[in-house]
Amino acid sequence: MPQYALSDYIQLLVSGVSIGSIYVLIALGFITIYNVTGVINLAQGEFVMLGAMLAVTLLGLGLPFIPAALVSVALVTCVGVITHRLTIQPARHAPEVSLIMITLGTAIAVRGLGLLFWGTIPYALPEFTPGAPLQIMGAVLSRQRIWIMGVALVVLIILYLFFEHTLLGKAVRACSINRGSAEVSGVDSSAMSHLSYGISAGMSAVAGIVIAPLTLVTYDMGLGLGLKGFIAAIMGGMVSAPAAVAGGLVLGVLESFTAGLLTSGIKDGVAFLALFVVLVGRTMNLSMRRRRS
Amino acid sequence: MRMRVQISAIYARWRSNRNAVGIVLLALFIGTLPLWLGTPYALSTMIFIGIYSIVTIGLCLLMGFAGQISLGQSAFFALGAYGSAILSAHFDWSPWLAMVAAAIITGGIAAVIGAPIFRLRGHYLAMGTLAFGAIIHVIAVEWRTYTGGSSGLPGIPRLTLAGTPIRSDMSYYYLVWFFVLIALIIALNIVNSRFGRALRAIRDSQEAAASLGIDVSRYKLQTLVVSAIFASVAGSLYTHYMIFISPAAAELDLSIRLVLMAAVGGMASIWGAPFGTAGVMLLTLGLREIVPLVTRHGSGEYQIIAYGILLVAIMIFMPEGLIAGARKAWERSRSRDTGPVAWLWRRAQRGGQRIRVLGQRGQ
Repeated sequence: MPQYALSDYIQLLVSGVSIGSIYVLIALGFITIYNVTGVINLAQGEFVMLGAMLAVTLLGLGLPFIPAALVSVALVTCVGVITHRLTIQPARHAPEVSLIMITLGTAIAVRGLGLLFWGTIPYALPEFTPGAPLQIMGAVLSRQRIWIMGVALVVLIILYLFFEHTLLGKAVRACSINRGSAEVSGVDSSAMSHLSYGISAGMSAVAGIVIAPLTLVTYDMGLGLGLKGFIAAIMGGMVSAPAAVAGGLVLGVLESFTAGLLTSGIKDGVAFLALFVVLVGRTMNLSMRRRRS
Repeated sequence: MRMRVQISAIYARWRSNRNAVGIVLLALFIGTLPLWLGTPYALSTMIFIGIYSIVTIGLCLLMGFAGQISLGQSAFFALGAYGSAILSAHFDWSPWLAMVAAAIITGGIAAVIGAPIFRLRGHYLAMGTLAFGAIIHVIAVEWRTYTGGSSGLPGIPRLTLAGTPIRSDMSYYYLVWFFVLIALIIALNIVNSRFGRALRAIRDSQEAAASLGIDVSRYKLQTLVVSAIFASVAGSLYTHYMIFISPAAAELDLSIRLVLMAAVGGMASIWGAPFGTAGVMLLTLGLREIVPLVTRHGSGEYQIIAYGILLVAIMIFMPEGLIAGARKAWERSRSRDTGPVAWLWRRAQRGGQRIRVLGQRGQ
């Protein structure tokens, strides 16, 4: 059993929080779509992959970094809207099982397209601000990790302002609370569904772009990230954004500690075990509450 | 007149024994197929179709009849495959004994995880089963002493018949399809029994079924165990045919492919399962042949894209599967006022106006 210093724990904590921030962004995407349309979008992770891949491609075409990132996010937002129009809207009255399979099929098709366009080669995106890593209390912290946390925070603030302080954001929230009443009040619920898909796709694209310099970009990165985002969302109960933020951070830290203190191979296993426990725990909790009342 | 009566009597008898007739016809077809389709490639394709059919028959029971989604069926397949492989390769058990033991172990595991997992419904059940599959995959990769890790476990003995190992594809083909027929008979009997009717009631509404005195959780659990045992036997057949096993058998992609096969054949159709399986397998092989002629890419990409689009399209346009969907579309095109032309005409008359009733779930 090796000895760990305090700095090792800080190191693991910080890297866990930065990866957790990515999960938070993806989890919020899940929640946005789920609350407005009632669909759990299994293709969420593929938006992450598309965001990162498009940014890599646009950079390769000679665009400077910031326009490349913005164009990529905008494109993925459009892809999100189109996905909703083509796959979810025609089946909006279908049973839940069908909707799950539809989003699953979409995920596979998009991953296949990714494989077709970009192949199996991993791509690299340069760090936003290259330079020596920072030292904090003996822990070594790469600059990109700070960028990840910063960008996630900014997105969260923008999201908060949008949903709480703009008319459009309030209309989207109205749809998630009660669709029928929102329609009676003149909200075009179909447009709001499209919008929710767009927002959540765009958010996932941002997650893909900020994490790309840290990991590599591959056509199949979406599956794992999407599932982690879902786990975070479900840890937060699928409805509450602050709870999803907490869920994402806890999951990131949990993973980082298992990978650092045990072996990295079982990291994913731990994440899925967490999902299993949370899922089952949720229902236990619900049935217990029911019995009590 | 008497003739008519006789014919209708024969027809009625045929209808009531449709499944038995179907089994006999399928057995005849399987028995004679190698006579005119004897290439080694076709035989090994038929072996794989048979192996996956056993899994999809179980999956149809679970998804189409009990209405419980499973995105982790490859986990049971892998449990059977690895159970069989480890017991026969590491512990020198007879492959048949290993197969039975693996099926019992897998059934036991299904019974244990079924209790907590069936507290979940819909989306949550989908993700729970998916997580179970992912955990089994991680174990297959990480438990290197027994599973051989990501490089796999070679040197698995073949199944034996009367003391001699089954080497020829021809014998294995008959063996696998013998199991498919047994699986079909079991599944059809389940579906057409009190048990099957209870499952359908559960699929349509768990609350209503419970109010009729159906023990919902027991029925769901038993169906899961049956489908897990089917998958496990198929996994064992796979492993002793390939005489090699790798974590690819536990991958999510396999689970998804199995769901796609069940969806193509029609979730709620036991007979559809082998046809759906064959359809997806032949699509895969067809793409492998055609794609290199058209582009320089490998067929893998197109295969994945085709799977995805097929799954989405079936769920949107033909949720009952290709066969039932095609029959419906044909019937619709024959009756005049519900045909596509009449439908377009009515659309045009309505002039794009949308009438919405208050409180109706719009969008």
